[in-house]
Amino acid sequence: MAKAVTLKELSKKEVLLAPGHRLCAGCGAPIVVKMVLLASDYPVVASNSTGCLEVSSCISDYTAWKIPWIHNAFENAAATLSGVETMYRALKKQGKIDKEIKFIAFGGDGGTYDIGLQSLSGAMERGHNMLYICYDNGAYMNTGIQRSSATPFGADTTTRPAGSVVPGKTEQRKNLTKIMAAHNIPYAAQASPSHWADLVRKVKKALEIPGPKFMNILAPCNRGWRSRTDDAILLSRLAVETCYWPLYEIENGVTKITFKPKEKKPVTDFIKAQGRFKHLFKPENEGIIKIFQDEIDREWEKLKKEEACFAS
Amino acid sequence: MAKIVAITGNEAVANALRQVNPDVCAAYPITPQTDMMQRFSSFVSDGEVKTELILVESEHSSMSACVGASAAGGRVITATSSQGLALMFEILYIASGTRLPIVMPVVNRALSAPLNIHGDHSDSMGVRDAGWIQLWSENAQEAYDNTIQAFRIAEHMDIRLPIMINLDGFIISHSIERIEYLEDEEVESFVGEFRQLNPLLDIAHPVSYGPLILPDYYMEFRRAQAEVSTKVAQVVLDIAEEYEKISGRRYELFESYRLDDAEIALVILSSAAGTSKDVVDAFREKGIKAGLLKPRLYRPFPYTEIGEALKHLKAVCVLDRADAFGCSFGPVYLDIATSLYPYKEKPVLINKIYGLGGRDYLPEHAELVLNELVELAGSGKVKSYKEYIGVRE
Ligand SMILES: Cc1ncc(C[n+]2csc(CCOP(=O)(O)OP(=O)(O)O)c2C)c(N)n1
Ligand code: SF4
Repeated sequence: MAKAVTLKELSKKEVLLAPGHRLCAGCGAPIVVKMVLLASDYPVVASNSTGCLEVSSCISDYTAWKIPWIHNAFENAAATLSGVETMYRALKKQGKIDKEIKFIAFGGDGGTYDIGLQSLSGAMERGHNMLYICYDNGAYMNTGIQRSSATPFGADTTTRPAGSVVPGKTEQRKNLTKIMAAHNIPYAAQASPSHWADLVRKVKKALEIPGPKFMNILAPCNRGWRSRTDDAILLSRLAVETCYWPLYEIENGVTKITFKPKEKKPVTDFIKAQGRFKHLFKPENEGIIKIFQDEIDREWEKLKKEEACFAS
Repeated sequence: MAKIVAITGNEAVANALRQVNPDVCAAYPITPQTDMMQRFSSFVSDGEVKTELILVESEHSSMSACVGASAAGGRVITATSSQGLALMFEILYIASGTRLPIVMPVVNRALSAPLNIHGDHSDSMGVRDAGWIQLWSENAQEAYDNTIQAFRIAEHMDIRLPIMINLDGFIISHSIERIEYLEDEEVESFVGEFRQLNPLLDIAHPVSYGPLILPDYYMEFRRAQAEVSTKVAQVVLDIAEEYEKISGRRYELFESYRLDDAEIALVILSSAAGTSKDVVDAFREKGIKAGLLKPRLYRPFPYTEIGEALKHLKAVCVLDRADAFGCSFGPVYLDIATSLYPYKEKPVLINKIYGLGGRDYLPEHAELVLNELVELAGSGKVKSYKEYIGVRE
């Protein structure tokens, strides 16, 4: 099973997303993809939903993907890969392919939480042997920072701009990781590029498990988060340390938190470096930060209780 | 050696699919197609095919999975009708733009609203310009024969395009007819081994499918796609010729029925053509030079060939089993009008909309239309270019 990896080992492996892609400088998405592909000891075939990662990594004659890769449409990375994976099984059964190949879908939060949820749910329910990875940057970034159901409470987006009456996003995030776990798939997890060893271990583990797996990985977007270009890792670390983005896995229904901050930081530590929350620091919006914090606390407590349920 | 059976259209097509034995099939139920994929699924359950089924959660995913499976490198099928085809719309363009030889029987049915499960051509006509090849069938035999030929056409190395085989909902899909099956081995050797082209599963030669193409290249891609369409007709004819050798049944781009010396003619697709041919015969017996043209390859439309076949007539009525809103004409009418446009001397051309939502098309209707054409051929005076027939006003 998955053993701990060292940076030294990883550094010797080929990076399968080539430099020269056109994602913004400092974007979290390619970092996530590189880590995921480095984690695999198998050849991987990937599908990608429409979004920043896709439009920037394969334009005209150029592709940044050193692995077989397919983009179909926005909402169907899972359905597309279920076709690829099924053909693989068909050809393997017929003796036309003998290699062990792994299948990974990459989708943004918009393409996963929202428009692609049906196709993802369908693929998971059918039990395709694939790992679906959502790189969650919390909005439709590619079309210009519109709110998605993964957008954090209170955030300013172009379709829910913070104005004099509406203080940014008025709803809490959809808990997709839990929704996926509720499909009773053998493995669902959350990871963050700040905690690379945890991320790599989870991907390795997921790839060893037959059947459908889901991972939700935080992928900071400096354009949408209105943050400094080189803060992706810092912000994803703060997301974990404030428990905004808890690291955990649910394996065969058993919840395990894989990182517990020694001291849980206040959500303000995570949001103050991001322009999309600037308005929350106005005196009249104090209540919103409190609601935000309360929700994080509640979810964190719930998660700990869930974990405790299974502790022997 | 042919085997003669009494069978529904759905069963005939399902059997053709069994004989072809594809690698992957995605399925989602919708009337009147449901029963076709059910039958095919039971072939899978009984181990009669090697096919892996994907029982998807929607037609959108069905076509998406077909795109993935086809790009992966293998023979892929699905089938649908009506709303299912409409839900696939987005991915139909991706399948053709990516040049994937997916084969899809479409059991034609009306579109909502109002909800109606019965046969008309609105569904396939709605996606006629999505870059798919479309073959239309008059009866179960043609649906069966077209299905087998479809694989060869779609997978031809000059083409590699997805293909729809159209058959009328209920009228063909659910009625029992006499049909001749080929032997399994005959079909197997006719379709041959699937030939791969840049398969995604070739790990040693990684390819990227579905790139973003900016304005600097997009038009060239589309132009190339249009270029491919120009090769389809010849491939369809070549494959029909080969098919005739094993089946004895002759297929062309369209059927010309008593057309050569005709003065008036109907143009009509699929099952209603059968009914109309009887009426054409009756008119011939009365000494009236009537004929009929039934398109088979509807997309890409063989404009030149059809124009040539019709240009000598005095009056022609195109019967459409799909309407076009916005005060337009039926889709087949528009194509026929286009095919005749280059000729100085051409027939008077009128359009009738019939049979929507499963409304019966009766011999009396063909008779009425032919009588009108007789009058038109004499006077050349058109009362109305577009009318609905068999409708209560
Ligand atoms: C059916 C459909 N609706 C809308 C779009 C427009 N669109 C393309 S990418 C995108 C947003 C992608 O957001 P997300 O999945 O979060 O990925 P990100 O851009 O953040 O990487 C949208 C709305 C589309 N391509 N297809
Ligand atoms: S907009 Fe955001 S998600 Fe998109 S490429 Fe730029 S940084 Fe990455």
